[in-house]
Amino acid sequence: MENARTYERYLRNKWVFMIGLIVCVVLFSVFAICVGSAGLNLNQIFRTIVGMGSNQSEIILFNIRLPRVVTAVVAGIGLAGVGCVMQALLKNPLASASTLGIAQGAAFGASFAIIVLGAGLQSQTIDSITISNPYTVSLCAFVSAMISTIMILGLSQFRKVTPESMILSGVALSTMFGGATTLLQYFAADVKVAAVVFWTFGDLGRTGWREILVMSVVVAVALIFFLLNRWNFNALQHGEETAKSLGVHVKRLRMAGMFVSSLTAATIVSYIGIINFIGLIAPHLVRRFVGNDYRYLLPASALTGALLLLVSDVIARLVVAPIILPIGAITSFLGAPLFLYLLFKGVGSR
Amino acid sequence: MIFVKDLEFYYNKKNHVLNEISFQAEPGLCTAVLGNNGAGKSTLIKCLNRILEPQDGQILVEGKNVNALSRNDIAKSMAYVSQKNPSERVTVYDTVLLGRKPYIAFEPTKKDHQLVKQVLKRMSLTSFETRYVDELSGGEVQKVMLARALVQQPKVLLLDEPTSSLDLNNQYEVLERVREIAKEEQISVIIVIHDLNLALRYCDRFLFVKNRKILAYGDKKVVTPEIMKIVYGMEVAVEVVRGVPVIIPMPLL
Repeated sequence: MENARTYERYLRNKWVFMIGLIVCVVLFSVFAICVGSAGLNLNQIFRTIVGMGSNQSEIILFNIRLPRVVTAVVAGIGLAGVGCVMQALLKNPLASASTLGIAQGAAFGASFAIIVLGAGLQSQTIDSITISNPYTVSLCAFVSAMISTIMILGLSQFRKVTPESMILSGVALSTMFGGATTLLQYFAADVKVAAVVFWTFGDLGRTGWREILVMSVVVAVALIFFLLNRWNFNALQHGEETAKSLGVHVKRLRMAGMFVSSLTAATIVSYIGIINFIGLIAPHLVRRFVGNDYRYLLPASALTGALLLLVSDVIARLVVAPIILPIGAITSFLGAPLFLYLLFKGVGSR
Repeated sequence: MIFVKDLEFYYNKKNHVLNEISFQAEPGLCTAVLGNNGAGKSTLIKCLNRILEPQDGQILVEGKNVNALSRNDIAKSMAYVSQKNPSERVTVYDTVLLGRKPYIAFEPTKKDHQLVKQVLKRMSLTSFETRYVDELSGGEVQKVMLARALVQQPKVLLLDEPTSSLDLNNQYEVLERVREIAKEEQISVIIVIHDLNLALRYCDRFLFVKNRKILAYGDKKVVTPEIMKIVYGMEVAVEVVRGVPVIIPMPLL
């Protein structure tokens, strides 16, 4: 009985950690809504939500701050969830949307839309570049990211679907899309190149409520699919043969999982641009607290992804306010040292 | 009981890995699969529960044709322990609970947890249940993997070199447990094993694979110097020490 209580205590600790993460996400979301060049306090936010706020605070809250925060939470959940699942499916700690060529595919699509289809530049001021037709850019980025995905899945069908062949196909496609983007930029006018670079920075402020709705539905469906397969992901951790012996259709799971993951990543990246490291680092970070059990790792990674993106966004908005720094650069700046720390701490502790 | 008839497996048609494999393994007995490196021993046991898909042949478990069963149903009747055990940051309890996966619809039931606790107790792992598997020794990890296979409540247990990375004490302990469980639960155990003396001590049936086919199959009587010479290309003597046959290699010096 003593040991049974110990296991229960161990499970309780995991739940406490997850509830702590939820509380952090909620608190940081409120903080992220409050901070900005036009300050809003909690009282004003509450009054605005119940319809008693000023016109200005209504515009700031519902058109700027809230969409930004919701985008950060949804994209963070999606990117981290996708990274976590890709790491299980490919049994590779470096698997994520950016290492598999999906982000590079999206960047090529956006470049194509801006440079070839003329969806690029409308106006350029000192601190902002506006993309005249964001729908075309997002659509092209999505289509191109999905082409990248379908090519990876297709190439891996030529031989056996091994994790290695998928990762290597991703590396090859990243290089190919990177080269194609460079060629497009080489022949484009300066202003269009600037618009492409601006798009690839990543920006949480590009999404309106309609885009958020699409993104949320895709992320929610993907999360349900991931959670329904959590036992399969756990089995896959023990190797392909053991997973098969436990009743998992490994090939089917890998193909379906990669398709859902890539579709989710492509949707997010096509709306907000390239945001590195969230999908890679969030699962590695929470593994230290909840272990490798996907029943806990998956939701904890998703919540950590949301938290990391919220923190990065607040930093991006506050460091040199009122200028908003590119979120992609902040996540890379925060992610890379954190990743190295985890890596070397891991080496030292073994 | 597992019944295998005319099993055939190849990666390409010109190069068979297994051919005309027929045998049956009775419940409560341990069958050792023996042969030289690359003879197809591991391939054989992976074909039995369709980790590898055999091209031809019939496999019946408790009278049911394995080809007609879903992957989940196969997992309910046959468990497998790989020779490579990844050390994951997952607790012993959760690793063993994973063995209930074929039975879990969404979340484990009370019965699943009860079974896990029973098997942990039986394998003397109760005090380890909240330890992470990547912190355990090789012998402990092997016992955890065995426990995971046992909670599947299999009729057939397939073990691929379960003692290859264990020290002497752990080799004997693991095989002792396996034999004990096979007898009590009436499970047919099929073990790929290289150590002939361990096999002779703990197994009841001996299946020699040579050149893609079964060379010999039967009880201890089939383990003769002549068979060993054909399989391993080496002279051996078989002596009986304290009632147990022991293989003594006699290399040409």
